[in-house]
Amino acid sequence: MSSLSVWYLMRGSGFVALLLLSVSVALGVVGVKRWSSSRWSRVVTAGLHRNVALLATTFLVIHIVTASLDSWVGLKWVGTVVPFVATYRPLWVGLGALAFDLLLAVMATSLLRRHVGRGAWRAVHWATWLLWPTALIHALGSGTDITKAWGLVLVGASVALVAGAAVWRVLPQRRPSAPIPTVSTGAPRTLVASTSRSES
Amino acid sequence: MSTQPNVHDATVRPGPTRSPGVPRLADWADGSLAAHLERWGPLEHPSDLVAAVEQAGLRGRGGAGFPTAVKMAAVAATAGRRRRRPVVVANGSEGEPLSAKDRTLLRRNPHLVLDGMVAAAVALGADEAVVCLPEGDATTRAAVEAARAERSGKDPVALVLEAVPHRYVTGEESALVHWLNGGPAAPTLTPPRPAERGVGRRPTLVDNVETLANVALIARFGPAWWRRVGTAEDPGTTLVTVTGAVERPGVREVALGMSLGDLLEHAGAGPSAGVLVGGYFGTCLSPFHASGAHLTRQSLGAHGASIGCGAVAVLPADCCPLAEVARVAAWLAGQSAGQCGACVHGLPALAGALAAMTAGDPTGRAARSVERWTPMVKGRGACKLPDGTAHLIESGLAAFADHVAEHQRLGACPFPGAAPVLPVPTMAARP
Amino acid sequence: MTRYQLTLDPIACDGRGLCADLLPEMVRLDDWGFPMLVATDVPAELESRAKRAASACPMLALRLKATRTPVAVGARRR
Repeated sequence: MSSLSVWYLMRGSGFVALLLLSVSVALGVVGVKRWSSSRWSRVVTAGLHRNVALLATTFLVIHIVTASLDSWVGLKWVGTVVPFVATYRPLWVGLGALAFDLLLAVMATSLLRRHVGRGAWRAVHWATWLLWPTALIHALGSGTDITKAWGLVLVGASVALVAGAAVWRVLPQRRPSAPIPTVSTGAPRTLVASTSRSES
Repeated sequence: MSTQPNVHDATVRPGPTRSPGVPRLADWADGSLAAHLERWGPLEHPSDLVAAVEQAGLRGRGGAGFPTAVKMAAVAATAGRRRRRPVVVANGSEGEPLSAKDRTLLRRNPHLVLDGMVAAAVALGADEAVVCLPEGDATTRAAVEAARAERSGKDPVALVLEAVPHRYVTGEESALVHWLNGGPAAPTLTPPRPAERGVGRRPTLVDNVETLANVALIARFGPAWWRRVGTAEDPGTTLVTVTGAVERPGVREVALGMSLGDLLEHAGAGPSAGVLVGGYFGTCLSPFHASGAHLTRQSLGAHGASIGCGAVAVLPADCCPLAEVARVAAWLAGQSAGQCGACVHGLPALAGALAAMTAGDPTGRAARSVERWTPMVKGRGACKLPDGTAHLIESGLAAFADHVAEHQRLGACPFPGAAPVLPVPTMAARP
Repeated sequence: MTRYQLTLDPIACDGRGLCADLLPEMVRLDDWGFPMLVATDVPAELESRAKRAASACPMLALRLKATRTPVAVGARRR
């Protein structure tokens, strides 16, 4: 495999991983908001959310492997999981390693959900809102194609998806509970001469 | 700080003199340890207290009426199997606005309750006994503190006082245990029940303070003596709190089996629209059914009712009973721990539909909603709040069917100016 | 023979509704989007779908509990 194709594969797979991750985050919000239609059930959302995340992880692994193989980047294996130790652009690549660590935690807790318990799984899953910006900043800092049209389009689409999802996420739930009505007003009447209240 | 602005206070009334052997729990002098020992003698520890309680046929006085011996045996069995020392918890939280008997008992006769805790602890091998009191009730706390100080060092078990948030569901045993374990006073999913895994993951006996006071008497005098009052199927006495349209409201000790009509007469009840038996988790009875019922499981059970926590409220003839039920249902909805969907959404929906029924509901749409939603919420929560509320609503609509029909016919409430009767106090914020 | 019972933890349940989509024969949604178990004993033909529904629950509120049906005393194993 020529070094140039490794280089292209590394960059391409990185962008695809980011886009797929963004799609997965958006699908996660669709699930939490319980959106569904007659042709798109919540089960489809949940399944896609999971499978797109797994696909993103696959592309991410390709991205990392090619980064290690590439002579220019020359990422050591330790640099894939330990942030900021790489020789090539250590800050930006380091953020990528950090994002990968977070993704590993999310994946592991999700696949082993039954064993880690609901509380731990939820706590780690919330870290996806930290994971995605880390991945984005990594892409912006270390990606050399950011200035090209296709790079901008891919990153722009990713940002639009997650930003939209985040806004929807914080909007109040559509299903308000009925306000508790007051039937009659007025002080409760005492039917006998009130004896001394001995409670504080 | 929360208070209970009840219509009554902890007024104690003498019970009906017809019942021999009563009063027992209500037989106190000045509440001091010396007077207590003079009246009842020293606390005995029979070799098999659980068997004695079983023969006595004591049932929980907290509302559920569960056989006490079964609960104690479950705790003992788990303690033996898992080799862990159990914990005894006395439930004096009394979140029921219509009930005042627990704080009355704790204020006037704390030693009998503490005796019961100690007796149960010794029988089960527990090393810790906790009495739970509502936050903000300084009078009750002072009385129990004083009693504990009087017997300091004399009991084989350490007695601990705990203040718990004053909300309706706090009294549910898993909620109480959850609070004692450092969490919110919210019910947890059962199984496992506290008897299996409770305070500190140890087998825990949670009993109402009145139940434990009865255990203290059974420990001293045995089941045969204890069964001399009451009926064969419903032995013993019970503390009842009578409120509402009565001349002499308050807490009384009565023998089980007593006629409800006699109790109401003793309390000076006038003409009424109906009677609520068992507190807000209880049952609405029409005046006719109330007068014919007896304080037994069978008699009340025939009307779908039970004595519950012994709270009896008489609705005056000039109130709107439908409005009362609607208001209590709304209050109960607000008491939700906020954990289960059917409760969080279903109870306010029911309350809203009841309010619409009270306002008139000529099309019957609100009535149909109530009919649809009451079975929908039953059994869908981690605790019995949805079930209790649904039962109250169903019994109210049945007992006050004439009123319901009148509301529909008029398209408005026939008693629009009626002042509220049943208390809906402001409770502590959800912890 | 192992049979399964469907249990629902109402505290963990968040009304996501996937269970009702996957197992409509045993789970229906109430008027507020929360599941109601119309039956708890899982028939053999629904077992695999019930397992799928339980694993699909995002809050792990729907669970399958294995119960052993007792073999009659004296029954011969074949």
